[in-house]
Amino acid sequence: MTPSEPTTAQKVHVNVEVDIPELPTNPAKPVVFQTEDLAVFYGDFRAVRDVNLAVHRSEITAFIGPSGCGKSTVLRCFNRMNDLIEIARVQGRLTFHGIDLYDKEVNPVEVRRRIGMVFQKPNPFPKSIYENVAYAPRLAGLAKKGAEMDEIVETSLRKAALWDEVKDRLKKSAFGLSGGQQQRLCIARALAVNPEVVLMDEPCSALDPIATGRIEDLMEEIKQQYTIIIVTHNMQQAARVSDRCAFFTTEVSETSDTRTGVLVEYDFTEKMFSNPSDERTENYVTGRFG
Amino acid sequence: MAISTPEITADVVRAKLLGEKADISGAAFKYLLVACLLVVLAALVALITSVSGEGLEVLSTRGIADFIQRPYSIRPQIAGVYQGIVGTVTCAIIVSIFAFPLGLASAIYLEEYATDNWFTRVVDIVIRNLAGVPAVVYGLLGYALFVSGPLSNLTGGSSVLSAGLTLSILVLPIVVITSAEAIRAVPSNLREGGFGVGATRWEVTRTLILPNALPGVLTGTILGLARALGEAAPLILIGASTSGFSGGEPGDLTGKFTALPNLISSWSKLPPKNWTGNTQAAILVTLALVLGINAVGIVLRNRFEKKK
Repeated sequence: MTPSEPTTAQKVHVNVEVDIPELPTNPAKPVVFQTEDLAVFYGDFRAVRDVNLAVHRSEITAFIGPSGCGKSTVLRCFNRMNDLIEIARVQGRLTFHGIDLYDKEVNPVEVRRRIGMVFQKPNPFPKSIYENVAYAPRLAGLAKKGAEMDEIVETSLRKAALWDEVKDRLKKSAFGLSGGQQQRLCIARALAVNPEVVLMDEPCSALDPIATGRIEDLMEEIKQQYTIIIVTHNMQQAARVSDRCAFFTTEVSETSDTRTGVLVEYDFTEKMFSNPSDERTENYVTGRFG
Repeated sequence: MAISTPEITADVVRAKLLGEKADISGAAFKYLLVACLLVVLAALVALITSVSGEGLEVLSTRGIADFIQRPYSIRPQIAGVYQGIVGTVTCAIIVSIFAFPLGLASAIYLEEYATDNWFTRVVDIVIRNLAGVPAVVYGLLGYALFVSGPLSNLTGGSSVLSAGLTLSILVLPIVVITSAEAIRAVPSNLREGGFGVGATRWEVTRTLILPNALPGVLTGTILGLARALGEAAPLILIGASTSGFSGGEPGDLTGKFTALPNLISSWSKLPPKNWTGNTQAAILVTLALVLGINAVGIVLRNRFEKKK
């Protein structure tokens, strides 16, 4: 269970020429992540392959596709959460501002501070609401107790549109909140260390439509400040919130009976849902498959 | 494949729902469980009643205070369990100081840090087997290490320190196994949440996993402690005194010592006419002491559980 954790949190400067594939680019929205033939293995099993895409700043990028197509697995590469799975192995390149995230000198802890994550099931810590938000800033040394920390907590909760609901019970347990509130608390917790990117792994799948709507509004509000990647089962959600969209599917191997996830198409969401280039994408988004 | 369905009417439904069908096997199973519980309770009741008669008489005629404040003596009328209590309590403290942190640290390493390979799997099996090794064997090990061996200069040979350290080794496997299970039971999404906001492995362990696992770890320690305090065999090998001796005061770690189980065992071999009452009284004192130590552990555990 030991991911390689270099003891020094040194910043790595690597100059890499990034080949951006033929995708519409907007100079106002620079590339944050770039993947080149990214593949993930669990032991000998190749879970997903041939992922080539670029994620742009201040956009919401959605990963959609049927169950088991590897979209969550790919998402977890972006902040090196796959390190926690002993048998997981990454092949190909994944760069963050041109730095290879899987370079030996990269400190995964620092990566996860810059690239926060919100999980499928709300997972607040068994602590008070205040302590949930203060947890990461305290560890990162952003603020000690007192007014400074109070400010971080309030700002983060406001960004997550939760402040008004919890301001009178900050010292109460986070478990007393509803599922939707817990998920917004987890978003506030992720925003508290002021990350650049927020990864969301099916953040609404355990929530009712009203709570889902609030989280979608919230994503729209914070996307100027944060680059967001969201994995979702819900095509309408991807169509509603995302600027670009990646469609993954599974392919059965010709030689063995194993299934591998593969990136089929990546484009502006509008095009993906109105005029996709690949037939498989069209079948999926029109509901004929998956 | 037409299946004829009887017409559903209120009468049909009522007949079905209100029809009495005795669940014989279910009821039989329930009474079997109750019977098993009664056997367990009967054993406990038998133990307590068998030592209550003469034991309580000794405690009431002499007074509990007199019995627990007097040292070992060859005269039954004034013989007390003072040195035994001191030895047993000192052993409990030593075990808590050594076995608890060592066992917890080993469990944390095995569960949170070690990669799953053949070495850690062998270690796991070895530890599980060590928990089943007879206590006498640990006594021999303790003798070789602390009494006659290289560490005898530090421990003073046959001393309560040697006894406490030997019992620490005895309970270590139990503490490691139960702590590892408590750590494993911490939900993995808590770990993910911690790592997801950029906590290091040590920070996740310290701030999220340990507070959650601590009640379970304490339960393991209490179980281990209760076992250690009831052992007489390893302490015989370490050299617990079975006859009168001077000393055995609190804080005297390297001098002569005895413990309650050893007192009980040696008194039970003396002429029953004079000593049965004393032996039974000593058993009652031991039960009360173990109960007290367990109660402290349970209170601690509940406090941590509430914090959670």
